[in-house]
Amino acid sequence: MIGVGKIKQYTNVLEKPISKGKQEVSLSAFAFLFSELVQYNQTHVDNISELERRLEDAGYAVGARVLELLCHREKGNRRETRLLGILSFVHSTVWKVLFGKVADSLEKGTEHEDEYMISEKELLVNRFISIPKDMGTFNCGAFVAGIVRGVLDGAGFPAVVTAHFVPMEGQQRPRTTILIKFAEEVLQREARLG
Amino acid sequence: MAAIYSLFIINKSGGLIFYKDYGSAGRMDTNDSLRVASLWHSMHAISQQLSPTLGCSGIELLEADTFDLHCFQSLTGTKFFVVCEPGTPHMESLLKVIYELYTDYVLKNPFYEMEMPIRCELFDSNLSQAIQKDRVALLGR
Repeated sequence: MIGVGKIKQYTNVLEKPISKGKQEVSLSAFAFLFSELVQYNQTHVDNISELERRLEDAGYAVGARVLELLCHREKGNRRETRLLGILSFVHSTVWKVLFGKVADSLEKGTEHEDEYMISEKELLVNRFISIPKDMGTFNCGAFVAGIVRGVLDGAGFPAVVTAHFVPMEGQQRPRTTILIKFAEEVLQREARLG
Repeated sequence: MAAIYSLFIINKSGGLIFYKDYGSAGRMDTNDSLRVASLWHSMHAISQQLSPTLGCSGIELLEADTFDLHCFQSLTGTKFFVVCEPGTPHMESLLKVIYELYTDYVLKNPFYEMEMPIRCELFDSNLSQAIQKDRVALLGR
């Protein structure tokens, strides 16, 4: 049986199919790498808001790439043009691939038309992190907010995305909410599309 | 009816980085706990030299008439030791569990400086849960 067991060799590297990739990565390895990312940025900034901005920028780069990869892998190169479509893409597909589960909830803001919230009982990136009291409202989830902003920006839905701790009664640890505030043009386009 | 009196964690140079007492029997003030920690660190180091055979890793169990002291040393020299009632079972596995909690909630915390006192609320809450579970198991015998 000639040829059995021989891996097909591709002459052009661009013709090689993109592999599915390993579905699972060690959580400890990621936690240490993320901890190092935060510590590295801490030494290069003077205040907390700059640290948050740096983490967000790091996440933005991830988000832009994740969008491209998932559009190709999961959605057969189709892109979302509607607001709810892209939001459910972030809430389900992106979360599932990055964190192993869909986000806990997706809500529309009650006060403003352009605000949406993705909530999570505890972000994976924050699992082992205890914020010291003197850092106030700093949230390492700014990294995840950056990822969401990268995905939305790349898909044509510019938005301002931030991560907040929301204290819950009866629970020690506060919930985390990713607040997405879309730009004016997104809402106008959405209204035009009907 | 606490089977565990107190828990100490000391860094590789013998400084106390974590101390928790359970019940009034184990309570001691800050200075005393620092003193006990460095005392134990020295004793542990001396015991390694006293061994008649090579490759001794130090004291693992100290039995006295009113208490037992179980000690676990990690590969990096961080020592976890617990003072408990004489004859309390499963202390070694408890120390291993505490070591795992340390690697998870202290070492993966970007705001923790190595060899400094531990101030991580996640570590505290998970530690209380682990001790509580242990206590329930012990009382249920």
